[in-house]
Amino acid sequence: MTLLEIHEPGETPLPHAGEGSLAVGIDLGTTNSVVAIAREGKPAALHDEAGKALVPSVVAYPSGGGVIVGDDARALTAQEPKNVVASVKRLMGRGAADLHAVAGVLPYEIEPGTGETDMVKLRIGGKARSPVEISAEILKALKLRAEAALEKPVERAVITVPAYFDDAARTATRDAARVAGLEVLRLVNEPTAAALAYGLDKGSEGLYAVYDLGGGTFDFSLLRLEKGVFQVLATGGDTALGGDDFDRAIAERMLEERKTDGLADTIDEGAVKTALALARHMKEQLSDRDQASGRLELAGVPSFHALTRAGFDAMVAAYVKRTIDIARRVLDDAAMKVGDIHGVVLVGGSTRVPLVRSAVADMIGRAPLTDIDPDEVVALGAALQAEALTGGSDTLLLDVTPLSLGLETMGGIVEKIVPRNTPIPVQLAQDFTTYQDGQSAMAIHVVQGEREMVDDCRSLARFELLGIPPMTAGAARIRVTFAVDADGLLTVSAEEKTTGVAQRVEVKPSYGLSHDDMADMLYDSLDHAEEDMTRRLLTEARVEAKRNLLALDAALAKDGELLSAEERGGLDAARARLETAIAGEDRDEINAAAEALETQSKPFAEMRMDRGIREALSGMAVSDLEGRVGD
Amino acid sequence: MDHFARLGLPAALDTDAAALDKAYFARQRQWHPDRFVGKPAPERAKASVEAAALNDAYRTLKDPLDRAVYLAELNGVELPGDGKTIDDPELLMEAMEAREELHEASSIAEVDALAAKTRDELQKSLAALGSLFLANDKPAIRKTLLRLRYLDKFAEEARARRTNLGSNLGKS
Repeated sequence: MTLLEIHEPGETPLPHAGEGSLAVGIDLGTTNSVVAIAREGKPAALHDEAGKALVPSVVAYPSGGGVIVGDDARALTAQEPKNVVASVKRLMGRGAADLHAVAGVLPYEIEPGTGETDMVKLRIGGKARSPVEISAEILKALKLRAEAALEKPVERAVITVPAYFDDAARTATRDAARVAGLEVLRLVNEPTAAALAYGLDKGSEGLYAVYDLGGGTFDFSLLRLEKGVFQVLATGGDTALGGDDFDRAIAERMLEERKTDGLADTIDEGAVKTALALARHMKEQLSDRDQASGRLELAGVPSFHALTRAGFDAMVAAYVKRTIDIARRVLDDAAMKVGDIHGVVLVGGSTRVPLVRSAVADMIGRAPLTDIDPDEVVALGAALQAEALTGGSDTLLLDVTPLSLGLETMGGIVEKIVPRNTPIPVQLAQDFTTYQDGQSAMAIHVVQGEREMVDDCRSLARFELLGIPPMTAGAARIRVTFAVDADGLLTVSAEEKTTGVAQRVEVKPSYGLSHDDMADMLYDSLDHAEEDMTRRLLTEARVEAKRNLLALDAALAKDGELLSAEERGGLDAARARLETAIAGEDRDEINAAAEALETQSKPFAEMRMDRGIREALSGMAVSDLEGRVGD
Repeated sequence: MDHFARLGLPAALDTDAAALDKAYFARQRQWHPDRFVGKPAPERAKASVEAAALNDAYRTLKDPLDRAVYLAELNGVELPGDGKTIDDPELLMEAMEAREELHEASSIAEVDALAAKTRDELQKSLAALGSLFLANDKPAIRKTLLRLRYLDKFAEEARARRTNLGSNLGKS
């Protein structure tokens, strides 16, 4: 993966470059997928015989054999629930720890024992299947649809991913394409693709925002459009916020109403699914009506529910506000003001909710652009990019890293190497040094996230740089390089500069992150920013103080006899004070104690220096010295 | 090749933002990996390295403080690494007092006032850099840059504090 493509010549085959095969754009969505093609700058979604562009991202492995994708697969859910899988995108690149978050929410049966060290597998149709294989079936179906519509082989594609897809999920998406027989020309972030679809259509210039609210995720991105250049300035989002939350709110209320009416329901998975389906239907009705009603039947007992637009708005207002808060932070990140925005593009089915539209309009101060179908716009943009990459084009897409990448340093502090919103591809390096005399190895722990402490970020990879030659603490120069390619994939390497000892690692994510963790990681940084800063400063003070103690101990071991008992006593007392301070939580006290110790140890340092000079001079004749002075 | 040369710009403190964008876009049009899809691997590798270097240069020169630090380093001014102890007692005192004030600020308005003051100081110090560079007064450049770095960090702390106050209010 990642930079291997750069470092290994001839690695990526391009068997059909420039030949008759076509390149398409694919929006591989959680709920629905779309395939589109662009010709001469005009993108169009490819439809089935019935004229439908959306392919439900549902895969069935029917008992009779074979694989079915889309509407027919969904239709099979009721009869063969164990052979049908939906929303598999949520599991792309995820491991065991992620399952607690989705357990009970999504109807997955997990293959026992998987996901400990690699991606989880699902038990579907009596077999263990990985999310990559299942996604590949969706991609194969899209490829077939495209080939049928275009009457030509389709072997290359631009595939879109959420801006907030991490390294693991991006790699899994690429792998799925490979399994489906598609060469990925580029992974493009969904909001960027949407902007592309709008921008080229309109020949617009200026600052544009993309507000993308899907079923389960939210993204907000800022792009600058200028003479065919699409420059992403900043992007942000929440991987656990979307239209599904709206459905849940309605469903919960209906179940509550039944309880109030004295109906004793057993709320099992089936009941929740039924309620959610009705909730979704009512939500959709409210997009162009002021009232919606529905009949909910659980275990043969019916109930009737009505919901007004105003009532619905009140239920989802908090979610919508959260999206607006995130949007404001992204603006802040890019040092832009609302007034700078020329237009805002709406993406995702959930932007059909009137409250969402009005909230966005209120924030930006102008009506959002909605003339491209929000369900198709991402695929259309991907198709344009596919054409640009294969046919040549004047369009240039400059994207950024959505999440900061960094390393763990002493005390569990994160040192950010690639800050979020850095343009990609990028290669950034930072030098680190050893902490102890004679240290021969250094553990490199790569993390992703915005928080200051390692425990609050996602762990991506760990490796060790071995064979550092013995040097005094702080003398080694270890350069750690982070390279992020144009697909947003990371490679990390480390090298000890004075000796050239090198180590390179492909970042294999440790799959330790739940859906909720992900959301927390991204946006709790807001709530914790100050606390983080305080903790960081405290930890830094401790690390610095411990470093001083280590140096002092080493000096005492070597030259301790230079001190009188009284001097030694004073030094020990100052040393003890600092140790106590380190154990405490008061940064000012640590700094004060460190300073006191420094003052106390100054005479000792001078004595050592004198001794050093004496030793250097001992055994030299006066004439030697004179010779030296003359040099 | 230094960042200025890479973008074909004069090595100056007051780089024009529009000129920087223009130079960057023109070079990315030439080197971005998207332009090399389907090309032989060595060409793609070269393009990727070049595009990454361009991004690094652009990112550094875009931010006035990063640009000033970079230019100073080009001119032989040595700055301690980020996050190292401040070795200027005057600045240390200023930093401690400001931190105290920020810590005691209990309303968004108070934090905003502190942030505004910091921004003013940042602007003033940045403006002062020009003549120091002209005079090539290295100790003064170093002193000013260290102060700017501190001010920048403090502005970030103030932002964090503000967000924190905001979200606490939101919860209550």
